[in-house]
Amino acid sequence: MTQWSLFFDGWIIAIAATCAVACALPGCFLVLRRMSLMGDAISHAVLPGIAIGFLLTGSRSNGIMFAGAIVAGFLTAFFSQWLKRFGRVDEGAAMGVVFTTLFAIGLLLIVRGADSVELDPSCVLYGALEFAPLDLVALPLLDGVKVPRAFLMVAMVLIINLVILAIWFKAFRIAAFDPEQARAQGMRPDLMHHLLMGMTAVTTVASFEAVGSIIVVAMIIVPAVCARLFATNLISMLCLASFLALTSAFLGHLGAVELPHLVGYGSVPTSGMIAVIGGCLLFGGILINPTHGVVPKSIRRWHFRFQTTTEDLLALAWRLEERGAQSSARVLTHDLTTARQVSRLEIALSLRQLLNQGELKREEDLISLTEAGRKRAATLVRSHRLWEAWLAKSAGLAPDHVHDTAMRLEHVTDDAMLEQLARETGTPVTDPHGRKIPE
Amino acid sequence: MSALLPTTETTFLDLLFLSNWNTRVVVLGVTALGMAGGVVGSFMLLRRRALLGDALSHATLPGIVLAFLLASTMGFGAKSYGVLLLGATCSGVLGIIAVHWLTRAGRLSEDSALGVVLSTFFGAGAALLGLAQQETTASAAGLETFIYGKTASMLVLDAMVIGITSLLTITTCIVFFKELRLICFDQNYARGRGMKTGAYDLLLMAMVIAVVVVGLQAVGLVLVIAVLVIPPAAARFWTNRTGRILLTAGVLGGLGGWTGTLSSALAPDLPAGAMVVLALGAFFLISLVFGRQRGLLRRALRLRRRSRSMEREHALRSIWESLEHSGLDVCKEAEITERGGWANSNSCQRLQRAGLIMTAKTGSDTEIRLSPTGERSAVAVVRRHRLWEHYLLRRADFDEDHVDRGADDLEHLLPLELLDELEKELNTEPGSIPPSPHPIMRNASRRYGGLRR
Repeated sequence: MTQWSLFFDGWIIAIAATCAVACALPGCFLVLRRMSLMGDAISHAVLPGIAIGFLLTGSRSNGIMFAGAIVAGFLTAFFSQWLKRFGRVDEGAAMGVVFTTLFAIGLLLIVRGADSVELDPSCVLYGALEFAPLDLVALPLLDGVKVPRAFLMVAMVLIINLVILAIWFKAFRIAAFDPEQARAQGMRPDLMHHLLMGMTAVTTVASFEAVGSIIVVAMIIVPAVCARLFATNLISMLCLASFLALTSAFLGHLGAVELPHLVGYGSVPTSGMIAVIGGCLLFGGILINPTHGVVPKSIRRWHFRFQTTTEDLLALAWRLEERGAQSSARVLTHDLTTARQVSRLEIALSLRQLLNQGELKREEDLISLTEAGRKRAATLVRSHRLWEAWLAKSAGLAPDHVHDTAMRLEHVTDDAMLEQLARETGTPVTDPHGRKIPE
Repeated sequence: MSALLPTTETTFLDLLFLSNWNTRVVVLGVTALGMAGGVVGSFMLLRRRALLGDALSHATLPGIVLAFLLASTMGFGAKSYGVLLLGATCSGVLGIIAVHWLTRAGRLSEDSALGVVLSTFFGAGAALLGLAQQETTASAAGLETFIYGKTASMLVLDAMVIGITSLLTITTCIVFFKELRLICFDQNYARGRGMKTGAYDLLLMAMVIAVVVVGLQAVGLVLVIAVLVIPPAAARFWTNRTGRILLTAGVLGGLGGWTGTLSSALAPDLPAGAMVVLALGAFFLISLVFGRQRGLLRRALRLRRRSRSMEREHALRSIWESLEHSGLDVCKEAEITERGGWANSNSCQRLQRAGLIMTAKTGSDTEIRLSPTGERSAVAVVRRHRLWEHYLLRRADFDEDHVDRGADDLEHLLPLELLDELEKELNTEPGSIPPSPHPIMRNASRRYGGLRR
């Protein structure tokens, strides 16, 4: 364990968390409008604005730097759109041209002009969160209360973002999902677009000191992308994104301080670790989100497969009984593996479940249906044979082609559909192969 | 040992004429890199994947630092170029796989996937860099050159690696030009022809990785994407043909690499990456304005020419219709004004300067006659207008009072063959001017259509 300091670590976490939430809010809208890379472009391109503001005044805490950065952010958005529309350049390429050129100008200005102690190129990339608590300013209204300047900046921007969102929430929502509808309702989606660009620029500049111009992209995009996997509406997406931002800020600092000890090093930059944690959260989100998550999907698929095997076994036992043959585990396994691709392990598991549920019973080596099992199996076979009858009669398939299709359909047929099938086929007594359809 | 040291012996002229062997190697290496970037980037631009290289280049950082850490703990040359580039390649490939996985399994949109990979990989790199800086056995200071690029710290061997890789990439592009072009434009057709599109996709990706990885030291990972994106985007202003785009992008990239490297050697601490990007940006700006195909100047001229010719044709038609109405061979300027025939106050003068009309002052007004050339042009334009009007009336079911405006829009664009076909269709005498299907309005409220409407 490292020695934690309430002052330093507390402020670092507070700054990181505030900054992360402030970034995540405009991030949600950028992600929804498929403009995530505009966040990347703007965060690179504010550099010349920051550099010029810094060179003009010689300090980092001033409005000119802010104004310069906002202008640069606007110029990026404007030039990219202009190049796309009037220069007919591909959208991605247009952004690529604009932000690399602006970043290069900014870098040159910083290297050539700025005092490298105050504003150096490495701070541009990953910020100087660790040193932020050292730079305290007094609050204007409360006497004697001092907070880090970086915290004051990100807190102000967070409040500004919240206020803007609260005032124009509806307009933002419509513009994000359906700009044409917004225009039809007399709103100005282009204005909302510019406002969003402005918000992104301001937020990026305020976060610049804490996390630098590249990792801020992680704060803007990653929580929003992750929240989108789970959220069902915009408000829940915004809330979830904010929560994920808070979590990754806290865990990020924790990880930055504690993880390197495991391999014998001292702490690493928090900003980088926040991005890594965000990435891990997103990775987890993709794995477990309920609608398209990789894990739930494979569980669902596996469950369906297992159920199909179970039902096939039951129906097979019924058919053997119909023919007057005796069934055993060996016979069932042999017949099912020749009928379709299925592993022995799956069959063994299904068999055990059927025995446990009391739908099959085992005496010595022989396996037979119980009353409950016979009832369910009869329904399945009925479904299978009714489908065969329907496919042969109504869908015009040849009788020797209906079996495989019916085998798939019988597992997804409920009672109502069964009734309808019986009605449409005229409740036949036998299937196309001449076998009796059970009641 | 450094190739581009701006010492007192190295003057600007020495640099410019590459009198020093080391300088020559480095500058030529970066020039080759620029050319390769332009050529490979053209295919990426045409595939609309211009920014994939951005995610890729940022994703190399954790690999570089990890390679450094492993090499230094294992005790062999921590900053050996090969090891670091190997690390960069591995994590770059991982980054591309991550983008692919995020869009497929994660169902993210392409832009989100690129942004996520770019920023989280870079974050991991920054965190690892924090570890590397605590390393005592070897200094991590050299790693910084991979972020912003620094040709001044480049060894001759490094430059040769860059140059040779770039030339190999360009050669591959030329050899497989037909196949690569096909997968850029019509994947399905290529697949139908029995081509292994997946294999060529991989080849293209491998070339992008090669350019990005060797470009790290020269341009830096933040800006190396510029080498892939700016030259092709600039080349699009010059031509529409794939082969020429490649050629132009290669030349522009090479020029950018050359001038950027040279200018970065002028002062000790100029970041080479930024200088190369600024040089490329300048070439982009030049292309944007002066490009032969889509350049702004060219398009403005084309637009102007088109609107001038419309202006001329409308004036000629008004004059001709006025003469037809009066049966004379002279009309007054004010009358044409009344008909709305002049697009602006200079129209009359311009027509006269073009030798289409002759004017004579009589008292307060000006008399206008058509010159022989003017008459020919006027006949042609009136014929086009009326033929099209008749066509609209008969075939497109327009009303009489609507055909004038409809014909206004199209008469300037009708080719001669179409006119002959119209005549056949309408059964009029070849070359004659059919009568107007509607009364010709005689007031200024009739405004012609076209570009200035």
